[in-house]
Amino acid sequence: MKDLTVSPSPHIRSNVTTSRIMLHVMIALLPALVMSAVLFGAEALILTGVCMLSAFVWERLCNIVMKRPNTTGDLSALVTGMILAFNLPPSLPYWMGIIGTFAAIVITKQIFGGLGQNFANPAIVGRIVLMLSFTGEMTSWSKPLVVPDAVTSATPLVASSGQYSYLDLFLGFHTGCLGEVCAAALIAGGLYLVVMRVIVPHIPLAYVGTVFVFSWIAGRDPVYQILSGGLLLGAIFMATDYVTSPVSNSGKVIFGIGCGVLTCVIRFYANYPEGVSFAILLMNIVTPYIDLLTRRRPFGTAPVKKEAAENEK
Amino acid sequence: MNIKGMFLDHKKNTAGAKTVELPLPKQVRIAMQQCAGAACDVLVKPGDQVLVGQKIGDSDKYMSVPVHSSVSGKVTGISELLQVGGRTCKCVDIETDGTQTLLEGIKPPVITDAESFCRAVRESGCCGLGGAGFPTHVKLGFDREKYNVDTLIINAAECEPYLTGDHRTMLEDTDSIFDAIAAIKKYLGIKNVHIGIEKNKPDAIDVMRGNAAKYDSTVRITALETKYPQGAEKVIVYNLTGKIIREGQIPADVGVVVLNVSTCAFIGKYLRTGMPLVSRRLTVSGDAVGNPCNVNVPVGTCFEDVLWYADCDPEKIGKVISGGPMMGTDLFDLQDPVCKTCSGILAMRQGGDRPGERVQTACIRCGRCIRVCPVGLMPTVLEKAFDKKDRKTLSKMKVSLCMNCGSCSYVCPAKRDLAEKNQLAKALLRTM
Repeated sequence: MKDLTVSPSPHIRSNVTTSRIMLHVMIALLPALVMSAVLFGAEALILTGVCMLSAFVWERLCNIVMKRPNTTGDLSALVTGMILAFNLPPSLPYWMGIIGTFAAIVITKQIFGGLGQNFANPAIVGRIVLMLSFTGEMTSWSKPLVVPDAVTSATPLVASSGQYSYLDLFLGFHTGCLGEVCAAALIAGGLYLVVMRVIVPHIPLAYVGTVFVFSWIAGRDPVYQILSGGLLLGAIFMATDYVTSPVSNSGKVIFGIGCGVLTCVIRFYANYPEGVSFAILLMNIVTPYIDLLTRRRPFGTAPVKKEAAENEK
Repeated sequence: MNIKGMFLDHKKNTAGAKTVELPLPKQVRIAMQQCAGAACDVLVKPGDQVLVGQKIGDSDKYMSVPVHSSVSGKVTGISELLQVGGRTCKCVDIETDGTQTLLEGIKPPVITDAESFCRAVRESGCCGLGGAGFPTHVKLGFDREKYNVDTLIINAAECEPYLTGDHRTMLEDTDSIFDAIAAIKKYLGIKNVHIGIEKNKPDAIDVMRGNAAKYDSTVRITALETKYPQGAEKVIVYNLTGKIIREGQIPADVGVVVLNVSTCAFIGKYLRTGMPLVSRRLTVSGDAVGNPCNVNVPVGTCFEDVLWYADCDPEKIGKVISGGPMMGTDLFDLQDPVCKTCSGILAMRQGGDRPGERVQTACIRCGRCIRVCPVGLMPTVLEKAFDKKDRKTLSKMKVSLCMNCGSCSYVCPAKRDLAEKNQLAKALLRTM
């Protein structure tokens, strides 16, 4: 008989692993990828491929240079590359995509200690870096192939309300970043993630709900605001990033509301037409504080009284 | 308003297996420490003849129960047994003579009041058969001046995968369970009895409901969600009665006493026959076992003897667990004896049944451990605090409430040893 393995309990583990979660996210992103290929053609697929491959290579290079174990197996770099590509105009030069993944993987993620240690969502930082560095290229929108009469280059957020019907916005027949245009595909992906228990729906619901209410109060068209721009992509796939959002469900609601308010403030009152990435980045920064404020009270313990807490000091 | 748990694949492949008697082993080794509390002193010496039911170890400490011989035969020696916690205890080695002669004078105990009831329960060698092994007479002998206990909760959740001993007890020893309920109600002045059974045992629920209608219609039988850890004391008390056992409290503080259903069945049988606790029903299962079954095993039988009886292939064994896969302990020597608290023996193949194990990756803050913790702890935060040896955060975040149910480690996608870290953190706080 061989030697017996002796280890602390529990002796069984669930079959959910980090790489499997990342695989689920990629599967959830597939409908939107297919739609972007339909709408923008092969260059959308090539740009996505370039971003994923370069993110993978940056991650591996960082592992080698930093003498860390190979972490490419967890697939998180591929997810980052894919989400970053979804945030780029389909016509963006490929080398800019590679710069974007450098900012995302090397600067935002690996330098801060790798997966789980980054305070900001890598894909969002990548997008913001590109946005500020190559504003022209990042805002030149090619029109969807299947809509020959689509009018020029303005994103629906800049174009006057009513240029696109709700149905066009829902199905993706309008200009925009390659992965964000088709609301239907993004919602399908979001539902998949919720059903597969990869995410809980608190952040997307709080985020979208807040945008709806804020737009309505501000006198904008709420449905138009939700279906256009990067809101659904951001709310479903970027704000829900585990590492940079609060862990508790109540914290997630606060986080979602904060993202919604900031998005609307930037969209309606600031110079940028789109505020999703800035809103999520700002909320990423306050996530540790939301976590502190929303710590669960363990079962059967008394609420910590102010006095007692002060006496402790 | 229930404490939520998590879904576990229950793998209860022995639920339909009627309990069989283990063939008498050639030798038994009976440990002097079988329950939580003090170890017993050995009452016999090498060369002595002992009979079934004869007391061979006892202690004058309150937190202890006597140990009885499970076989008739000759004491061949007193040996040392290394226990899981790292301590050793004395062990009486007995060579069986095959006759299984009963000790004369085994007869039903005479009980007149609460005190004599608790004394009889102690003399029976009874301790919690669910796994923790808390001396039953201490539970039942609560201070009647101090506590107003009016509710008995019988824990028949059996939420661990594989284990079906409690399930079989409910089907096979139903009468004994109700005898014990009647006695506890009579002598301890308890008014309400709740039995909590997980919904994955519909036949047991039916049988128990039928018997409740027959014997005692005030016994409430509740079908509980099949969620782990439904059978944890605080969880089952809350889910059945809504009472919260607060930090530092015992069940008697909220007016309840909790007994495992197998413990209950044993008490009923003991009151009828006077036979002390010398054998127990346990489940033998796992993917290295050819013939998974429920067996009645004399206390002190070697784990090996039970495993070979169940057609376990020695070449396939990678890991053997005493108890359930979530909270049980690994065995390091198959010649160690079965003790009173062993609810199951699970033999697993190397790497089998434990997918994705031991490839630890970085915490991705997914929050799964926080969502499953039945007592509302934040295992990922505790793990980081423990790594920094941050005692202040550990005690502020109540790591001491962790009952080591293992849910956090189970769900962790990064396969981090969160439950293990909690136990180390508790030990760290104790060394302050």
